[in-house]
Amino acid sequence: MTETTLPNPVPPITPDTTEFWEATKRGELLLQRCTSCQSVIWYPRMMCPECSGTSLEWFTGSGKGEIYSWTKTRKGLGDYAKAGPFILAYVQLEEGPKVMTNIVDWTDEDLVIGKPVEVAFTPTEDGTALPRFRPAK
Amino acid sequence: MTAKYSAVLVGAYEHPGRHLPDTSHAQIHAEVALGAVADAGLTLADVDGYFCSGDAPGFGGLTMANYMGLKLSYLDTTEMGGSSYVAHVGHAAAAIAAGKCKVALITLGGKPRTGPAWSRPKNAPEYPFEDIYGLTTPGGYALAAQRHMAEFGTTSEQLAAIKVAASKHAKHNPNAFLPKEVTVEEVLESPMVSDPLHRLDCCVVTDGGGALVLVHKDVAKDLKRQSVSILGHGETIKHTGSGNLDLTFTGARWSGPRAFEEAGIKHADINYASIYDSFTITVLETIEDLGFCEKGKGGEWVLDGALEAPFGKLPFNTDGGGLCNNHPTNRGGITKVIEAMRQLRGEANAPVQVPDCEIALVHGTGGSIGNRMGSATLILGRESA
Ligand SMILES: [Zn+2]
Repeated sequence: MTETTLPNPVPPITPDTTEFWEATKRGELLLQRCTSCQSVIWYPRMMCPECSGTSLEWFTGSGKGEIYSWTKTRKGLGDYAKAGPFILAYVQLEEGPKVMTNIVDWTDEDLVIGKPVEVAFTPTEDGTALPRFRPAK
Repeated sequence: MTAKYSAVLVGAYEHPGRHLPDTSHAQIHAEVALGAVADAGLTLADVDGYFCSGDAPGFGGLTMANYMGLKLSYLDTTEMGGSSYVAHVGHAAAAIAAGKCKVALITLGGKPRTGPAWSRPKNAPEYPFEDIYGLTTPGGYALAAQRHMAEFGTTSEQLAAIKVAASKHAKHNPNAFLPKEVTVEEVLESPMVSDPLHRLDCCVVTDGGGALVLVHKDVAKDLKRQSVSILGHGETIKHTGSGNLDLTFTGARWSGPRAFEEAGIKHADINYASIYDSFTITVLETIEDLGFCEKGKGGEWVLDGALEAPFGKLPFNTDGGGLCNNHPTNRGGITKVIEAMRQLRGEANAPVQVPDCEIALVHGTGGSIGNRMGSATLILGRESA
């Protein structure tokens, strides 16, 4: 286990991501699906980067996925300068997209590509929460 | 070899400084600009096309054209990170071919070592979904390296061999920031920055810069300097799309074949390669993606001195590259073109000059292979003196 204390920076919220961040207050990881080509889209935005369709629907993701890649950052910058070593990762969600995130509550044995993880929200000062991931129970 | 382009490279200059606390950002751009036009046998008054990128201070091209007193018929401030300047050569050649300008100047300059550090803009739409988690530049490349290792069995020793080759070249470069030859063991024993990348897997952070001058062939024939022809150019971008990222390859997969097709040459025809080397993994993936070896086999391919000049399979980065020589503005690119020109003009440091170097490949990577990148490939040819 690690001594890392991760910072919880407040995310800049834009009109096309308000719904996403509102849902994090309820502990829900919202995803978008394109109603034209059915692509699941990450990160949230106003159009589908696969087919340029603008008819997108929100749905609640499972919050489950697996580690696609990880790295232990030994020295962070800015908000992370005093965090100590922390895990930056890409998690591939069950729904498809790969999302950049942190792995929390890890031991060295958990840091393996393909390892199942689940979402763990960490609250920020403005009441929203950052989706991070921990080893699946 | 028949050049496709009517433009040729006639001037190049690399700033010798690596630590420039008493030189301004604009001054570095101007110093390298003066150096490159002088190398070509021209003056800044001859320049009618100017190319720069995000490292230029203030309003970029507007600011620097004002500072240097340039009178322009063409301006391009394409931003593709470190690959910008490799792309600029293609853009300048196209502009010259279209009659938009006759003498094109490209500059890069900055001082990340002694000046303020660059920070990521918070207004980028990806910011709250990437940077907010503590993404660093080494972190992004480390994610790629970790995945490449997992999929293909690439090892830290293999990555280290790339640094070793660069360091063997750097020891002949009196300006190199890291002029000491290192061993695989020294790379592996250097502190871990972001697993699996050690400090010596990373490029250096230096002040400095460089500039290039391209002219129409009609202009070149009145110049005394040996020119370098542009045989092929390809560029592209690679991004995360809708979350469909594959960290095991780079945009070179697309920019490379375009450059080879334009040049009409084969891999075996390349005598020297300048490969953007922000990190050792950048070189490894690029070599695979350019087609010098099969995907996933780069780790084995770089062993046994493959990248070492003058007699390796693919002598690369003979100035020591970003890994050992310099990486001004945290984005090299232009120095890759400069060293390729030295090789083709026979002016590289003697122990690393590739004998009879006729064709060189230059590849630039910009942004990060960990999320979105620019990718530009050039194939350059020696013109008779
Ligand atoms: Zn779509």
